Amino acid sequence: MTPKRKRLWLLAGSLVVLGVAVTLVLTALNDNLVFFYSPSQVAEKSIPSERRFRLGGLVEMGSVKKNGQEIRFTVSDTHKTISVVYRGLLPDLFREGQGVIAEGSLGPDGAFVAREVLAKHDENYMPPEVAKAIKEAGQWRK
Amino acid sequence: MIPELGHFALILALAVALVQGTLPLVGAARGDARLMALGSAAALTQALLVVVAFAALTQAYVTSDFSVANVVANSHSAKPLVYKISGVWGNHEGSMLLWALILSVFGAAVALFGANLPDTLRARVLAIQALIGVGFLAFLLFTSNPFERLSPASADGNGLNPLLQDPGLAFHPPLLYLGYVGLSVTYAFAIAALLEGRVDPAWARWVRPWTLAAWCFLTLGIALGSWWAYYILGWGGFWFWDPVENASLMPWLAGTALLHSAIVVEKRDALKSWTVLLAILAFSLSLLGTFLVRSGVLTSVHAFAQDPARGLYILAFLLTVTGGGLALYAWRAPKLTSSGLFQPISREGALILNNLLLCTLAATVLLGTLYPLFLDLLTGNKVSVGPPFFNATFVPICAPLFAALCVGPFLGWKRAELWPALQQLRIAFFVAVVAAIVAAVAIDSRSTLAAVAFGFGVWLIVGSLVEFAGRLRLGRAPWADSLRRLRATPRAAIGMTISHAALGFVVLGAVATGAWHLEVIQTLKPGEKTRIAGYDVALVRVDNVQGPNYLAERATLAVTTDGRPFTILQPERRLFTVQRRQVAETAIHTNGLRDLYATLGEGDRNTGWVIRLYLNPLAPWIWLGAALCAFGGFVSLSDRRLRIGAPSRRPAVQVAE
Repeated sequence: MTPKRKRLWLLAGSLVVLGVAVTLVLTALNDNLVFFYSPSQVAEKSIPSERRFRLGGLVEMGSVKKNGQEIRFTVSDTHKTISVVYRGLLPDLFREGQGVIAEGSLGPDGAFVAREVLAKHDENYMPPEVAKAIKEAGQWRK
Repeated sequence: MIPELGHFALILALAVALVQGTLPLVGAARGDARLMALGSAAALTQALLVVVAFAALTQAYVTSDFSVANVVANSHSAKPLVYKISGVWGNHEGSMLLWALILSVFGAAVALFGANLPDTLRARVLAIQALIGVGFLAFLLFTSNPFERLSPASADGNGLNPLLQDPGLAFHPPLLYLGYVGLSVTYAFAIAALLEGRVDPAWARWVRPWTLAAWCFLTLGIALGSWWAYYILGWGGFWFWDPVENASLMPWLAGTALLHSAIVVEKRDALKSWTVLLAILAFSLSLLGTFLVRSGVLTSVHAFAQDPARGLYILAFLLTVTGGGLALYAWRAPKLTSSGLFQPISREGALILNNLLLCTLAATVLLGTLYPLFLDLLTGNKVSVGPPFFNATFVPICAPLFAALCVGPFLGWKRAELWPALQQLRIAFFVAVVAAIVAAVAIDSRSTLAAVAFGFGVWLIVGSLVEFAGRLRLGRAPWADSLRRLRATPRAAIGMTISHAALGFVVLGAVATGAWHLEVIQTLKPGEKTRIAGYDVALVRVDNVQGPNYLAERATLAVTTDGRPFTILQPERRLFTVQRRQVAETAIHTNGLRDLYATLGEGDRNTGWVIRLYLNPLAPWIWLGAALCAFGGFVSLSDRRLRIGAPSRRPAVQVAE
């Protein structure tokens, strides 16, 4: 086999693999992108109830209520608020007044049903999305 | 006084690195032996100075010198000694110092053991290594000085992040860094080869052990991190496709590809420019990983509050290393001509397929990790790309990789026939299909995909063993003959079999845990019980326990099967008194085939405590498999051919037949 043909083979092979990969990536991105919304954005947009998204903001002081494994709390971006229902263990750093990111979808009653509440390593850390959401609500204080 | 000494040593190290990064390059260009010889001396001096600096910082931590700002921020006098030491690299400044330390020690190793390298190549490698060192030392001195004093001194420190006070995490960063920085050596070799305009098998014999060693450490580091996440985060999962996990996976994938392509350069004198390109990309991905961790640009479980200026510096450094490397590559790579010709169906062809698929995997991970960043920059939309994306892209691309993995070793160099190779793998194929069917029927009929993936795991193990048995002519020749063949088998081949089969174990563990785990979350009061997969779990009591630097609630769970006592699990919730932070400590009972996993949630005597239980089948295999995989790498590394000095026993340039 000549070097030229070898290179053609190689090129064809690479293109096939690349093509498959690109197709996979594009389909996966289409189906699995999880958007991040602040409570204000949730209020503005009408998000279909089966659509998974991430909700971020501050856990309102005094809003956490536990009933067995079911935990209810309110997430706020200081402008709008939304109530969240979560069944399961909260991460160690979950606290009132702190930033939180929850992933899930809207329930029939308009409350956010969280399937996952994200943990952070560092108590001073403010997720950048949350910081931005609060900034946009016009209430950022440093 | 000692911290100043460390600071001073660091400044001197930077000066030495500047000399080491320039003069030997000039020497190599002009053929000046004295300037080139300077490289080795400078490399040793630089390593010594950085060792002094690192020792000084360690001393400050061990003696709890609270006049050093870094110690105050990250240590506490009541902390156990091992976490005082691991605290040295448990923070930004210290971990960058560790990076610089490993970098300079590796440089010194090249200087010490590189006597048989051509003078110009050695001088150039050391210079490139020093230039990378300059980047890191300057970064330390100008943006993240670990020796900064605090006046007045603090009475006590703020303590180390409790999540990091754990044996798994104490050694996770050093192992990971050994891997990341090991790839810097291959990068230096690649750049040096481009400057030389020559890549020969002797070059590959140098690059391969470094890649292999870096790869082994990276494997161990990633496995340790994943194990840590499994038992500390309390979600029962082992891999979250978190940006920072991805950041370590990408150089691993590129390193794995490099490992394989370097074989072709060494044995067949082909794929040269591709291997050089891979070496550049692998180290660039390591730096990208550092950038992602250190800058906090992506939301991740690892995200620490970070200084954007540092992120900007690392980004600029990353662009210099990658951009510079690629520009040089574009300019010089056409000079690297290969002599080895081969057919598409051959060992070389199989290794190319391996590289193609591994690089595609790395690219997929890269895209998924950085996509949120791009979308934010372009449209301002905040998105996250989570496990579903990676399951839909990463996993399907793994399938052809795993399928081909067992076939490759059967193919000969230059030209081979596919059919005889496949015939030899009949048994493996049969066993794998049976395993998949059994999994689909007996374990879980809902997930066909998991059953197929399970079959792939079995295929990897049996396929690798079949290849090894064929090599020994096991069963087809007298035992004594097979034994003699075993002794004559190169360690590299034994290592390959171990690592390939180990990958199968990882796959089995990951599939079984991911697809077939059971989960029970229940609120229990003392005396109440719940049930998971044949185990009755009763909450006996919850005690308050005093640890060295924490208070804990410890639950005692009595596990029985059919009324007979089976085991006691004691998950804890620890409240670290200095930081006022709670950390869950899981309790895991393992028998090597499955983990019974318990975590304790919040609660009190009146309402009961939330208890989360998991049954994770084959979970231990994930980490045992990964450790075995790295072990295979070390076995391969001990091959005579790769031993230091071995290249000199053969002619420097071996012309392909």
